[in-house]
Amino acid sequence: MSLDRRTTLKWMFAAAASVPSLGSVTFAADPLARDVAAGQAGYGTDPDLIKEWKPGGPWPLTLGAAARLTTAALCDLIIPADDVSPAASSVGVVEFIDEWISAPYPQQRTDRGLILPGLQWIEAEAQGRFGKAFPALDQAQKEAIANDICSAAKAAPNAATAARFFARFRDLTAGGFYTTPVGMKDIGYVGNVSLERFDGPPKEVLKKVGLA
Amino acid sequence: MSFITAAEADKNSYDVVVVGSGAAGGQTAYTLTMDGVRVLMLEAGRNYTPATETPMLRTNDEAPLRGAGTPEKPFGFWDATIDGGWQVPGEPYTSDSDDPARQFVWWRARMLGGRTNHWGRISLRNGPYDFKPYTRDGLGFDWPMSYDDLAPYYDKVEMLIGVYGANDGLENTPNSPPGVLLPPPKPRVSDLLVQQRARKLQIPVIAGHRAVLTQALDHKRLPQLLHPGNHKAQQILAADMQKRAACIFATPCGRGCSIRANYQSTTVHLPPALDTGNLHIVTDAMVRAVTKRADGSAEGVIYIDRKTGAEHRVKARIVVLAASALESVRILLNSGVANGSGKVGKYIMDTVGANFSGQVPLLESLPLHNEDGVDGLHLYTPWWLYKEQLAGKLGFARGYHFEFGGGRLMPGMGTAAGLEWLNGGTYGKKFKEDARRYYGSFVGFAGRGEMIPNDDCYAELDPKVKDKFGIPVLRFFWKWSQHELGQAAHMQKTAAEIIDAMGGRYSAQPQSGDKAIKQGGIIIHEVGGAIMGNDPAKSVTNSYGQSWEMKNLFITDGATLCSNADKNPTLTIMALAWRASDHMLSLMKRKEL
Repeated sequence: MSLDRRTTLKWMFAAAASVPSLGSVTFAADPLARDVAAGQAGYGTDPDLIKEWKPGGPWPLTLGAAARLTTAALCDLIIPADDVSPAASSVGVVEFIDEWISAPYPQQRTDRGLILPGLQWIEAEAQGRFGKAFPALDQAQKEAIANDICSAAKAAPNAATAARFFARFRDLTAGGFYTTPVGMKDIGYVGNVSLERFDGPPKEVLKKVGLA
Repeated sequence: MSFITAAEADKNSYDVVVVGSGAAGGQTAYTLTMDGVRVLMLEAGRNYTPATETPMLRTNDEAPLRGAGTPEKPFGFWDATIDGGWQVPGEPYTSDSDDPARQFVWWRARMLGGRTNHWGRISLRNGPYDFKPYTRDGLGFDWPMSYDDLAPYYDKVEMLIGVYGANDGLENTPNSPPGVLLPPPKPRVSDLLVQQRARKLQIPVIAGHRAVLTQALDHKRLPQLLHPGNHKAQQILAADMQKRAACIFATPCGRGCSIRANYQSTTVHLPPALDTGNLHIVTDAMVRAVTKRADGSAEGVIYIDRKTGAEHRVKARIVVLAASALESVRILLNSGVANGSGKVGKYIMDTVGANFSGQVPLLESLPLHNEDGVDGLHLYTPWWLYKEQLAGKLGFARGYHFEFGGGRLMPGMGTAAGLEWLNGGTYGKKFKEDARRYYGSFVGFAGRGEMIPNDDCYAELDPKVKDKFGIPVLRFFWKWSQHELGQAAHMQKTAAEIIDAMGGRYSAQPQSGDKAIKQGGIIIHEVGGAIMGNDPAKSVTNSYGQSWEMKNLFITDGATLCSNADKNPTLTIMALAWRASDHMLSLMKRKEL
């Protein structure tokens, strides 16, 4: 993966303008949030529940190429490939997060106001501390940034908003990932299959919990 | 049999016009048409076909926003609701107060079958105390009937729609006669753990009751019991029961059910009613008012065709309002009829709701198994402190039940979210391990309790605001009493005690009642507004939902309920609608109507 240099510079400029430092108490309001809301339709109160839906279908997406790379790198830092399942970005989580922050509904607009400046903050941190774009950092460098903000309890007071961003981004990544077929398999969901009868928990389960 | 247009309906005459197609309208139309009565049903929303429109077995990654709820689909993308929610575009309502604690929020669903398409299917009978609450503790109103009056109709409704459960014989928690209930589903492991630990606190945990076919209905036995001597009705019902499949133990019920394994008006009441040939349905028909004959009786209704904006009138021998409690109230107020008592709009109630959840280490990292089951309420806790309450030991006068559940259900946006209070905030391979460990280890308790009717909760017509059809809208007034607030606090405290007894933990301590209680209308059990009674000066209808003033005007939805027991009201609404319809039949046969 390589960043398109022109896009990166353009995006970094915007980041520098709106998110000066780790010390910012709150993220700057995102002007795009207004654009999304203004006159933007959702899927309506009577969407077709049978047809196929894809991100970008009900409303246009937001992220440019560089922002998608940052999103992918952060998703995969949170949910990397392991022995059980692949990394989050390989199963459509970036597209999902883009769909989420581009949606015209109140919760998603609030999240947009946290996620977009948060991604810019991540890039500003990467440049400021390591002189590289976040996706280009090595694992230890990425972890150095994440360790400052992955826990609200342990984060420095001036990183509280960044920690709030990370927590929300992690929730979105998890929801995006564990709802996919590989995510459901990973976490151990074995339902959603038609059964002739429901047998309840097997003996070994009851035994383990002290019920048999 | 058929769906017809408003223009076609203009040319016909009907015995009965039924406003609304949900639990009340569906039951009323079913009972009447099975006995040969010609019925026109008017539904404000669009036609809806569960067989082709239900997203069976679809996963959340196939939905926009992974299926999460939005203002356009409040219960999630796959939820069956169409053109509905607490806000319906172009159809506002207003509140007297800016304070959320004094506001009521009104859920509506504009679709054939209304909210029966998405409801929780929880089907609990009111008990004997619930019909005589005033006699028992001096608060609220007694019903103009007893449990014994309604019990035969509970039996009938349960046999018709199919309700699973068990007969546990607990106080004020009635048994059904043998052969009425379907077998309950096996409990999940979290249910059994709740049961084991709650028992140590003397809190009962028994089989839930829900309108889900855990096995196919007995199409040979039930039709004869439901329609004795009526061979045509028996044949129609027997044929239709065979078209309803048993539950496949997959797909949340809130999406509706294309194989008709749970109760929706559209899959249970309307198909056989249509098969009689006696039912016409006009959809997109927004009723404005009941019209009056010169002799003061009901003439029919005025409605607006949503598609053309044109106004239509229909006449009938009997007018039935089954539009949902508050929509029926609105129609009555806009009609200026049946309100000699001044009680139309008064005594609106919702269910008291407060939730509390925890995480239980014993349920972590269990061997994989399918926990979908029937989706909800395999077990539940009925109210258990009747004696302590009557002795004044609790500080609030009426009871609640717990709906609880856990398990490895289909992942959604809540899955592996908000784990920071448990794991301190992780990412990477550790986060993936945590997600596996904690998935399915949470148990949530939803307290659902009885609200006592009070003078501060009512609706009237807003003097200025009208909907997009030009029809005046409702303005709501709301205030909980100390009984509801005390109950909500007790719900949270008790749920925390059960979680403690399970060795569990929670991210926040139980809250006070005013913080814990859900806003009025959030539980979507609104009833009252045209209460039944024995005294025409103090009530709007008699026990049959028959207006004291317009003998040929009936209300068969939740508007007539003069108390709102903790038991979810839909089963009671259907039983009342069947009883009211039987009364209409006898009055028509005697030529009194």
